[in-house]
Amino acid sequence: MDFYLTALLQGLCFSALALGIYISMKIFNIPDITTDGSYTLGGVVTGILLTHHQSPYIILPAVIIAGGIAGALTGLIHTKLKINALLAGILVMTALYSVNLTIMGRSNLPLISVSSLFSLIHIVTDPNQNSFWILAVFVMVITFLIGYLLKTDFGIAMRATGNSESMIRALGVNTDRMKITGLALANALTALSGYLIVQFQGFADISMGIGIVIVGLGSVIIAETLINWFKITSVWLSLVLVLAGAVVFQLVLAFTLAIGVDANLLKIVTAGFVLLIVSLPRLSLLKAS
Amino acid sequence: MIAVNDVHKVFNKGKANQVNAVNGITLNITDSEFLVIVGSNGSGKTTLLNLVAGSVFPDAGNISIDNTDVSKLHDYKRSQWIARVFQNPMSGTASDLSILDNFRLAAIRTKTKGLSIGINDKFKQRVREKIATLGMGLETKIDQPMGTLSGGQRQALTLLMSVMDSCKVLLLDEPTAALDPRSADVVMRTADKLITDFKLTAILITHNLKDAYNYGTRVIQMSEGLVLRDLNNKQKSDLKQNDLFDWFS
Repeated sequence: MDFYLTALLQGLCFSALALGIYISMKIFNIPDITTDGSYTLGGVVTGILLTHHQSPYIILPAVIIAGGIAGALTGLIHTKLKINALLAGILVMTALYSVNLTIMGRSNLPLISVSSLFSLIHIVTDPNQNSFWILAVFVMVITFLIGYLLKTDFGIAMRATGNSESMIRALGVNTDRMKITGLALANALTALSGYLIVQFQGFADISMGIGIVIVGLGSVIIAETLINWFKITSVWLSLVLVLAGAVVFQLVLAFTLAIGVDANLLKIVTAGFVLLIVSLPRLSLLKAS
Repeated sequence: MIAVNDVHKVFNKGKANQVNAVNGITLNITDSEFLVIVGSNGSGKTTLLNLVAGSVFPDAGNISIDNTDVSKLHDYKRSQWIARVFQNPMSGTASDLSILDNFRLAAIRTKTKGLSIGINDKFKQRVREKIATLGMGLETKIDQPMGTLSGGQRQALTLLMSVMDSCKVLLLDEPTAALDPRSADVVMRTADKLITDFKLTAILITHNLKDAYNYGTRVIQMSEGLVLRDLNNKQKSDLKQNDLFDWFS
């Protein structure tokens, strides 16, 4: 059972990432894969500041700003230099690898005997349950903030930018600036996932971000399938489903490992699972016709 | 209200597919004038409209709105004067957003989109009342996504959205081209009513010569990026519908 609890906790850690992908992919319609880099960046910044015994009040904003800058760079390259969003993301992600390595100074940074978010706050005695409550509160606050943002006039303009660019420009919104802001926000959220995971697993690693974008994509796609299925239009419910998607995704992976699938095959299982979810609506359509 | 002064626009300059879209047009549109532009495909009508809206910038010449030189101002800055209705109903509204959200954005077209929630009961009531004037029964559906409506309904709502915030200029780029005759008629009559009621300065591009005949206080015909004919209100009212058809033969 502990196994699944860990998966649940990981899912919560990844929910910020899932929200980030939801913003870039679903709200802005931009395939952003800066993610791999900004996730690691968030983790690396956390790791290095923790080992230097910085205050948590500095670490959190630092992670958000670092991720935001990474996203804004992708946004700038995409909008100002008119470079395809995928390529812009790949460029920044590649560059971030060197940045991350430089910040850390080595490829792996263990956080042994360093106090973290999870050891600082005590809600209940059991460490796993303690982590759960901390993560639950953290995720709830983030979701509330994003949900509120999407409800504001600025948020409606954000949603319209990915939906009908000609309309929102005619209504007085600088779409370039909006996209840059959106990608900054998405990658700040992604970096927050790196922040959580590094403290949760107790180390930062240069390769921790490889293929992480699929975790976010998978979560969002699970959510989207449900959103389409039940024809959900509420912003709040959509966000909750994205969180659920992130947790379900980790639980499925945990299940795969639990039934004895070789850990080396985990990535192919992940890819296969995402493929299955994406093709599910089409497969059921085929059956119907 | 709008002054277009010797404006030129060339696309793909120096390439094999160079298009001289607008070749030195000078046009003065006075306050509350309703200008109708007709002309065959490729005559530069849409380019002229985009130049006024700021979607494209002129290569030479200048454009001013309300005595402000806007030649280098982006479209999203010119929105303080201009509201637009596009040929494609999808372009003027956001499909995935509710009718209410679309109207909220339209209501703050000339203002900053801030970090406060602007949709409240009072606003909802205002939108319902506005939409009820269309008589389409849409006032009960304001929480529905815009994408669930027909093209005609969307164009009519886009028109209403243009007067949600202060508006001086209304640009209509073949607003009825994608609609069936009945919806087209509703949209054109709504447009005409709004232009009169709100004393808007309007430019309408149309291929429908009946509309060109029935609506507007001035008509111009464009050809190869130039104004071929220009008829004021008096001349336009003396015009017979067949004369318009003869322009194209």
